[in-house]
Amino acid sequence: MSLDLPPNLGQAGGCRTSPVLKERGQREVFCGLTGIIWLHRKMQDAFFLVVGSRTCAHLLQAAAGVMIFAEPRFGTAILEEKDLAGLADANAELDREVARLLSRRPDIKQLFLVGSCPSEVIKLDLARAAERLSGLHSPHVRVYNYSGSGIETTFTQGEDACLAAMVPSLAGTTARELLVVGALPDVVEDQCLSLLADLGIGPVRMLPARRSGDLPAVGANTVFALVQPFLGDTHAALTRRGARHIAAPFPFGEEGTTLWLRAVAREFGVDDATFDRVTAAPRARARKAVATQSAELQGKTVFFFPDSQLEIPLARFLSNECGMRAVEVGTPYLHDAIHGPDLDLLPNGPTISEGQDVERQLDRQRAARPDLTVCGLGLANPLEAQGSTTKWAIELVFTPVHFYEQAGDLAGLFSRPLRRKALLRAGETA
Amino acid sequence: MREKRHDPHPFHFLPSNILRGSGGAKPPGSDMKLTLWTYEGPPHVGAMRVATAMKGLHYVLHAPQGDTYADLLFTMIERRNHRPPVTYTTFQARDLGGDTANLFKDAARDAYARFQPEAMIVGASCTAELIQDDPGGLTEALGLPIPVIPLELPSYQRKENFGADETFYQIVKALAKPMARTENITCNILGATALGFRHRDDVAEVTKLLGLMGITVNVAAPLDARPSDIARMGQAHFNVLLYPETGETAARHLERACGQPFTKCVPIGVGATRDFLHEVAQITGLSPAVDESGLRLPWWSASVDSTYLTGKRVFIFGDATHVIAAARVAATEIGFTVVGMGCFNREYARPLRAAAKAHGVEPLITDDYLEVEAEIERLQPELILGTQMERHIGKRLGIPCAVISSPVHVQDFPARYSPQMGFEGANVLFDTWIHPLVMGLEEHLLTMFREDFEFHDAAGPSHHGAKAVARVEPEEAGVLHPRTPAEYLDKGEEAQAVAVMAGEAIWAAAAERELKKIPFFVRGKAKRNTEKYAADRGVTEISVETLYEAKAHYAR
Repeated sequence: MSLDLPPNLGQAGGCRTSPVLKERGQREVFCGLTGIIWLHRKMQDAFFLVVGSRTCAHLLQAAAGVMIFAEPRFGTAILEEKDLAGLADANAELDREVARLLSRRPDIKQLFLVGSCPSEVIKLDLARAAERLSGLHSPHVRVYNYSGSGIETTFTQGEDACLAAMVPSLAGTTARELLVVGALPDVVEDQCLSLLADLGIGPVRMLPARRSGDLPAVGANTVFALVQPFLGDTHAALTRRGARHIAAPFPFGEEGTTLWLRAVAREFGVDDATFDRVTAAPRARARKAVATQSAELQGKTVFFFPDSQLEIPLARFLSNECGMRAVEVGTPYLHDAIHGPDLDLLPNGPTISEGQDVERQLDRQRAARPDLTVCGLGLANPLEAQGSTTKWAIELVFTPVHFYEQAGDLAGLFSRPLRRKALLRAGETA
Repeated sequence: MREKRHDPHPFHFLPSNILRGSGGAKPPGSDMKLTLWTYEGPPHVGAMRVATAMKGLHYVLHAPQGDTYADLLFTMIERRNHRPPVTYTTFQARDLGGDTANLFKDAARDAYARFQPEAMIVGASCTAELIQDDPGGLTEALGLPIPVIPLELPSYQRKENFGADETFYQIVKALAKPMARTENITCNILGATALGFRHRDDVAEVTKLLGLMGITVNVAAPLDARPSDIARMGQAHFNVLLYPETGETAARHLERACGQPFTKCVPIGVGATRDFLHEVAQITGLSPAVDESGLRLPWWSASVDSTYLTGKRVFIFGDATHVIAAARVAATEIGFTVVGMGCFNREYARPLRAAAKAHGVEPLITDDYLEVEAEIERLQPELILGTQMERHIGKRLGIPCAVISSPVHVQDFPARYSPQMGFEGANVLFDTWIHPLVMGLEEHLLTMFREDFEFHDAAGPSHHGAKAVARVEPEEAGVLHPRTPAEYLDKGEEAQAVAVMAGEAIWAAAAERELKKIPFFVRGKAKRNTEKYAADRGVTEISVETLYEAKAHYAR
């Protein structure tokens, strides 16, 4: 099996130097608090305490739906009028609520105080509160703080802010280690670790870790690879600790996974024969699975509304591995150091847009009449009702989609809406 | 009807719009509170329920990025095929201290140009309330050629239902004026909103019912009304208030401003529907006698298959209006025993308390679902009539539940016609409340052959489709409740109360085995009764004897 680079890598056809349409206006996206929905499941001894309003609590409830009603390890301390009246009050109440929470949940080892729009606007100093509470409850509980507020973060940036908040207090090390950064579903994380182990790469640490005892150390000999494309601040925080980023396309699809693994393998001096031996079988499986799942996608056009910052790598996957043509790829933020390798591979042509003015973008979408529109839940049904076929983007964040064994599933997430539409159409005319 | 209290606010530096609030009821002890799940969203979501229900109205909401999450409540849960007519200004951190006011003006101007609404409502979400930009004044300065209605919804005091009620009231106050009555007897139907529990079908059913009396509906609002419809509400002879939670302030205003009386009886259930018809008859002078041939609940309830429903212990929770109505239906039309009832909306605590008194139970007025869960666990009802929250509680505790009130989920928006009100609504209540229960004859089989490989109790009701679970040997079966709320909640007092009530009595192994032979749908009650019986008598170890003594003691 050949490990040649895919045809458009290195050609002048990439999108890295394409002009970017920067927009500002109404954004149809979640705020960073939403990341708590998966982070609290990933970090099994962590509790996320949002200091915010009833709106924050309602958002988490709406975003979480009913999936995790049973035992949430998150809650909202709802600011009420009295808290707004005097900040000393709010701090005392926060201390009281945290003490009560920790006394009845001894399993909690990490507590995240999560800032919100109202807490930011009234300038409630959660950094100081975290320091104070850490002093009160250490060594049993470590208290961090970050902001998931909508005035500072969109959707997946919440995870970025959370991980970045953890980096300064990670232990130091001089060991040469690989740090894999970004929350993955456990099954995917295991696949990733097993591939790296087979390549002889190690020791490998994960951020976030499943439990606080497994938190990685970091230092000048740490190299890190991102598995999520929305970790700009974490990237910066790790760089400040002396760690070095391994730039690579993201491990979506056969191509992305191979190039990601290859970049890491090169860093660790893995020879081509070993790389070939380890990756040949899963690569073949991934190609086969993608081919099966992507039949409906060949030659079709796709339009991305900005949602999770997964858009650029996913557009690359759909273009290069599923035969689609991207019309517009919208992303909340574009980060060259992180998205650059995927932009290099994305065939020239689509409008790359950053930020959002949803009304104007809807105008463009209507004019483009794409075969498939990737958008948030607020837009999906209205667009379907107007005749578009949509893939709601949040599912891409909540489904295991990384690495070889999920490549077919990832293609399937996009082809299912088209298959479904065809089925229903056939029913209408039968 | 509504409890109104006016608290003086102890603030010194807060903007006046926060301090002023609405002068409405404020929950006592409103300071920071840890919330896991909420019954109501913030008040601006209530305003969205009105805006989304209407046509030709646009809502410009001063709000940060992320507040657009509320759109998906409507597009996903309710499966609406259009976006809510809401423009969010989407300000960011870098705008603060800069020009958020201009951002609002631009958004309002653009929204008018793009959507050309007949009227506009403008307001702030919780964060924008803190930055005091005065959306009303800013929009007025634009001089738009349409009515612009400013909303002041105190986010840090009030909740969703208040937001809907206040928004509808402000729209009606601004647009509806006294005018000549229609020649024929007509009425308006008030209170139905987007994301309401069966509002779409209730309006249709009540419209049909009024039609049987010879009354035409002038305007039903907010659901499906345009601002121009609101403007002609004054020509109706009277108003039908279907949902006091979201329509009462408007109804009171129309009574004052347009001289329209409004109905107080909410037609949920057979008795209440007949009362409603009589109330309408009194207002209009028309006959309340209408064709009842489509009404099936009374016979379904009287037929002998329903005998097994007699005295089934039911706990009811939701918004006060639905709970009060459901309690009446449960007690007098289906023959259940109401063992507990409560509501999450404090504004209607007074009528709820009165109804609870009439049913001889303690009212539970709380918006803390953990308190509700503890109460359900304590009471061990055989059926819960509740909201989506209680459905989850019931799932966890192994108690069947039928949903009767908001908060709602996608499954509460069925494709089929499924009203709660009127005679067809009564039929629907019978079907949906009985469905979660084991069927009558099946209950007998389970009681007789409880250790049968097929009719064992872990198999669950046979009509629910889930794959039957093979019978587990008695030694392994048995943890009744996988988890108590006290495990992760600050419910020390309740937990203690339960422990004291149980008197620390220990179940002897034989008694525990015997308990497991009792069918699951009454086992919780039997356990609770036995423990109470033991505690009352200072019995420390529960034997098989104790179990049957308690059974005899509590036999009805």
